[in-house]
Amino acid sequence: MSDVLARVQAEMAAAAPDAALSHGVLVLPVAPAQLLEVVKRLKTGFGFDLFLDVTAVDWPGAPLRFEVVYHFYSTRDFVRVRVKTRVAEQDPTVDSLVPLYNSARFMERECHDMYGIVFRGNADLRPILLYEGFVGHPLRKDYPKRKEQPLVPYREGGS
Amino acid sequence: MNAPDRIANPVRPAFDTTLREDSVIVSIGPSHPATHGTIQIFTELDGEKVVRADLHCGYLHRGFEKECEDHTWHNLIPYVDRLNYCSALINDFAYCDAVEQMMGVAITPRCKYLRTLLAEYSRLADHLTCVAASLMELGAMTAFLYLVMLRDWIYEHLADLTGARVTYTYGRIGGLARDLPDGWLARLDEILVKYEEFIGRVHGLMDRNRIFIERTRDVGVITAADAIDWGYSGPMLRSTGVARDLRKDTPYLAYAELDFEVPVGIKGDNYDRYYVRMREMDESVHMIRQLMAMLPDGPVSVDDRRCTLPEKRLVYTEIESLINHFKLIMEGPQVPAGEIYVAHESANGELGFYLVSTGGGTPWKVHVRAPSFVHMGGAHKMLEGYQLADIIPTFGSINMIGGECDR
Repeated sequence: MSDVLARVQAEMAAAAPDAALSHGVLVLPVAPAQLLEVVKRLKTGFGFDLFLDVTAVDWPGAPLRFEVVYHFYSTRDFVRVRVKTRVAEQDPTVDSLVPLYNSARFMERECHDMYGIVFRGNADLRPILLYEGFVGHPLRKDYPKRKEQPLVPYREGGS
Repeated sequence: MNAPDRIANPVRPAFDTTLREDSVIVSIGPSHPATHGTIQIFTELDGEKVVRADLHCGYLHRGFEKECEDHTWHNLIPYVDRLNYCSALINDFAYCDAVEQMMGVAITPRCKYLRTLLAEYSRLADHLTCVAASLMELGAMTAFLYLVMLRDWIYEHLADLTGARVTYTYGRIGGLARDLPDGWLARLDEILVKYEEFIGRVHGLMDRNRIFIERTRDVGVITAADAIDWGYSGPMLRSTGVARDLRKDTPYLAYAELDFEVPVGIKGDNYDRYYVRMREMDESVHMIRQLMAMLPDGPVSVDDRRCTLPEKRLVYTEIESLINHFKLIMEGPQVPAGEIYVAHESANGELGFYLVSTGGGTPWKVHVRAPSFVHMGGAHKMLEGYQLADIIPTFGSINMIGGECDR
């Protein structure tokens, strides 16, 4: 493990006791309440200046159904960190990273579209890949793949 | 036939009132004849000046990630081709690399060098397309034809190898679909010579061209700090002077063994983005020539029954190979449970695959970190404050590829 990642793991031991290296990426599972603090520390203390990606993984039946997954990169040390947090279906809310990274604006919109994760503090969660009026969140496992919600009505007699 | 009922507006603009009394809101796109790429831009215009811009992508969204969850790992290769379809091989190789790392498969030496060579060849084709289209949109028809001619030779040449011009389905988990046909490298050499001849002409036509400089220099500027804040990577980030390139910083495939430079711009304007791409193409050609000399003999696919299909001859003659073939096709390669994020330096920047497996032949989740999508998130920064007509060269220089942006 690179020095930086070892230092991150040591410093985050309280917030992410289960941190481990996986395929060269340091994985930090944290509680939603600690997300913003951990990411702020990664950015200001360890040089993780590039917020690459946010997405979610749906685990139906699990008590905390959604796993929100973030990827960060340091353009100084060329290392990656993955931060993961779990939220329940009833209240799939996490803090937005918009105060720290502007790149969060679009990516959180996409994750909101696809999984219905609510990013507290991102004022603009309008649909981005979907359209206004789309019902549901298509990447949730219980959204049927073949379900259609056409904006333009089908012609009569056609298919 | 009666006119259909009014269709609900698929997008909601970020603003519907103007900041000033004498400005107007104009919606551009989603299918505007002057732009390439299906995107809608709501602008507030003060005369010809863009005061605010709100970009909407998603018109090409086709449920790529949802569809991936319903097919075997192997079946996804044609789908990933259709992300950035200007350099489909790079998507292929990044995806295969991610799956191979999860399975613990090490590709053969010949495959490693061939993938590197073809990734650079694809980058060449991608940059040619981007530069050609953005020059044409400024009226440079000759430069466009020179560049697109080159690209077409490359497409035909890749068709000789893969059977298709644009979407190749050439990567395989654990290798490649087939080895090079006879004479392929000789033709590659000819095309690279042609490249040098034609690219010299384009430099001569454009670099010091007054009209081109006026339209691109100091237009669509983004600072290095802003570029990083908005998640930029690839030529977009390098045009601001930040020499970050995954091929150099976290080398994968054969990049650690190659001699190449990472060209950067001065101020992150349209001219810099043009010039960075032109220089990157030279570096790609330099790398391809090194790789042609390094290319070892040997098989292109690993001899591993977990992922590589047995030879057809054996499938028809022995039961073990028949069962092996059947299981790989019907159930898919078995990928151990776990998750991975693998990023390659695609033509547009960091192309990341985040894969989650629960063990088995079908992915639980496939997510693509698409550079085009992230670049669209900050594109308004490069439009606001400039002229309406500047949207065209600026948008062209971002090289938004709908297949990858909207997925």
